[in-house]
Parts: sequence; structure tokens; C-alpha cells
Amino acid sequence: MASQNEPTTVDRYTAAARLNHWVTAISLVLLAISGLAMFHPSLFFLTALFGGGEITRQIHPWIGVILFFSFLGLFFRFWRLNLWKAEDGTWLGRLGDVLAARDDKLPEVVKYNAGQKLVFWGMTLLILVLITSGLVMWDTYFYGYTTIPQKRVAVLIHSGAAIVAILIWIVHVYAAIWVRGTVRAMTRGSVTGGWAWRYHRKWLREEIAKGEAHPSRGR
Amino acid sequence: MHCAEPGCLAACPAPGAIVQYTNGIVDFVADNCIGCGYCIRGCPFNIPRVSQAEGKAHKCTLCSDRVAVGQGPACQKACPTQAIVFGTKDEMMAHADGRIKDLKSRGFAAAGLYNPGGGAGGGGTGGGSNIGGTHVMYVLHHADKPEIYSGLAANPSISGIIGVWKGATKYVGLAALGAALVVAFFHHVVRGPNRVSREDEEKARRLVEGRA
Repeated sequence: MASQNEPTTVDRYTAAARLNHWVTAISLVLLAISGLAMFHPSLFFLTALFGGGEITRQIHPWIGVILFFSFLGLFFRFWRLNLWKAEDGTWLGRLGDVLAARDDKLPEVVKYNAGQKLVFWGMTLLILVLITSGLVMWDTYFYGYTTIPQKRVAVLIHSGAAIVAILIWIVHVYAAIWVRGTVRAMTRGSVTGGWAWRYHRKWLREEIAKGEAHPSRGR
Repeated sequence: MHCAEPGCLAACPAPGAIVQYTNGIVDFVADNCIGCGYCIRGCPFNIPRVSQAEGKAHKCTLCSDRVAVGQGPACQKACPTQAIVFGTKDEMMAHADGRIKDLKSRGFAAAGLYNPGGGAGGGGTGGGSNIGGTHVMYVLHHADKPEIYSGLAANPSISGIIGVWKGATKYVGLAALGAALVVAFFHHVVRGPNRVSREDEEKARRLVEGRA
């Protein structure tokens, strides 16, 4: 039996899931920066990161295509795990306890809590809106398919949806930073048993039942 | 049309790509244009187009290069009957007044000046326009029906959608992003990190080892 100082670990993401996540993450960050650069003239300086305004305009929709297919992969990986459960309403109703780190007052949850599920479904919906409105804005290839009044609606919807998506992204990243021990799930693929016990106890019980939780093995 | 309040300029994200000179000319500067086509969406006259060949937006420049060296635009110079005249806006409006009076005296009761949103000038066009008048103006025999002149817009206005996009969405959206970052930062400062305790790890170990 391993040393008492070494925490137990539970596998959370396969290498393929991690790769899928980081392709999506990098695409999203690049899209946010290049999109904001073309949203407000005072943020136009950000186009320098991509080699100028024209290149930013050309590359942004292509990164969007990568994000769409990459997120599609994440969607099919995780959609079942994000279906709404009875305890999610209770969890969400105790948001005050969540933000105060009183995790012992929260119901036991499976692999994802209500907040994570809302991030998942929110991003799913917004990415569908963004890719659709984005195609209407992609004049290089699709100019002739829509009228100018339709293109006006598309730019408004696209920027509004992008703002909400970036807000969700801020929540997502902040939660991962604030809840220590979370980021390693996406870098090394595992979390400590204590992390699973504290934040996703129902999931920990399931993993133990499946024999997927390991005594410490130093990774 | 060289509007006083250009919709193309309101929509443009690239600084210096659309320039409004003090003489009223609204010019596109290809070097700064990124070819996004937002000006197409901003324009109430359906004028600008992005070139498929070089990916830059173009429209009439009112020959800003010629005007800069004291010449009139090429269309005015070339017009054999001098139907196109060029000058300051005040001079042109005074000139138009004379033409309109002449037309009215010859039975064109609805003759007037096409200068949408420009207030006085008559003609009954562009009463509700938000473009503040144009620097290309037309004396029309039937100013009450501008559509009959190659589809001139009867009441051209920058779309309200453009107003919301470049107004509320821009300011409220960026403010919301900034606020979210500030709230997250202060939440961390006040609450401190949410850490797994030694007891959490111990309880997990007991559960994993079947001793719970």
C-alpha cells in the first residue's frame, strides 16, 4: 500500500478528450481575441497579433470552423454526462454556498455539477448561433446567399452571442482556477480522490464501483 | 452619397479605413481597409461593395484626390451639359433653389432637392432620416417620388440594428466582460482559493480502499 502522504487519484479525462478540449480552448481564445479586434475600433490593435487586419479578417472564420468541429467532438463525448438531474436544481439553488466554498452544504453530484452543465449547454447553443450567423457574415464565400438586411441581423446576433460566450468562458476559466486541483484534470487527466470527494462525490462513488479509482500511484 | 452622418463609418472597425473630411467627402482608404464588409451593412443607400479581386471596399470618392488639388470631380468635369455642378454645400443649395424655382414655374409642383436628413431644402424627402443630409444632392422634378430615379431611397436611414450593434452591444457588452473579470478577481481576493482539505483526501482514501 502506498504512502499515506500520496493522495489517491481518479482518472477524469483521457488523452484524446484532453487534446479535444485544448484544440477547442485555443480556438476559442483566438476567436475571442480576433473577434474583439474587429468589434470595437479601440481594440483593433489586437489584429497585430495575427499579422494585421486583413489576415485577422481572413483567419477568424476558419478558426471558427475548427472550433465548431472540435466542439462537436466535445459535445458527443460529454452530452450524456450533462443531462439535467434532480440534484442540479438543489445545487443551483444553493449558489450562495457554492460561491462561499461551503461545499459540504451541497448535494452530491456526478461528473458535472449544475454550473458545469450550464456552461456546456450554454456553449453548445451559442456555438450553433455563432457558426450560423458567422456563415452569413462570411462574405468571401457566402455573400450572395443572403440579403443586406439579413446580414445586418447576423452581425448583431453574432456579436451578442460572442459576448455571452466570452462571459461563460470567464466563468469556466475562473471556476477552474478558483477550485484548486481542477486544472490537472485537463493537463494530466486525473484528479485527487479528495477533489472528487469534495466536489463530485457521486461521481467518485461511481468510479470506485467501476474500479476506476486508484490508490496513490504518484501521478 | 457622402452623408453628414455616414452609416459606413459608424459600422467600420478599422481605424482610418473610412475617413470623413471637413469638406464633407467620405472616402475609403484601401490601405487601412480589411475587407470585412461591415460598411455594406452600415450604408442606407446600398452603395459600398467589397472587390472580389483584392478584398477591399470601394465606393465613389467624389474624386477626393482631384478635390484636394482644387479641381472638381471627374464626373462634373466630363459632363457635356453641365448638369453636374460642384462647389460648397451652401453654394450648391443656393444653386438648387434657383433650379427648383424654375422647375416649379414650369409646372413641376413637386420639384425639390434630394438631401435626406438635411432639413431645409424642400422636396419632402428624408424627413425622418438620421444621416444629417448628403454632400451629393439631386434636384428632382418629382422630389416626392425619389424611387423613380433609379431607385433613390425615399427615406434613407442607418438601420436601427446597426445602431444597437455599434451602440448598446459594443458598450454594454465590453462593460459586462470587464465587470465579469473584476468580479472574478475580487471573489478570489475575498474568498481565497477553494482547496481540498487533508480530511477530504483522507475520506476519499477510506472510500477508495473500501473502509468508508
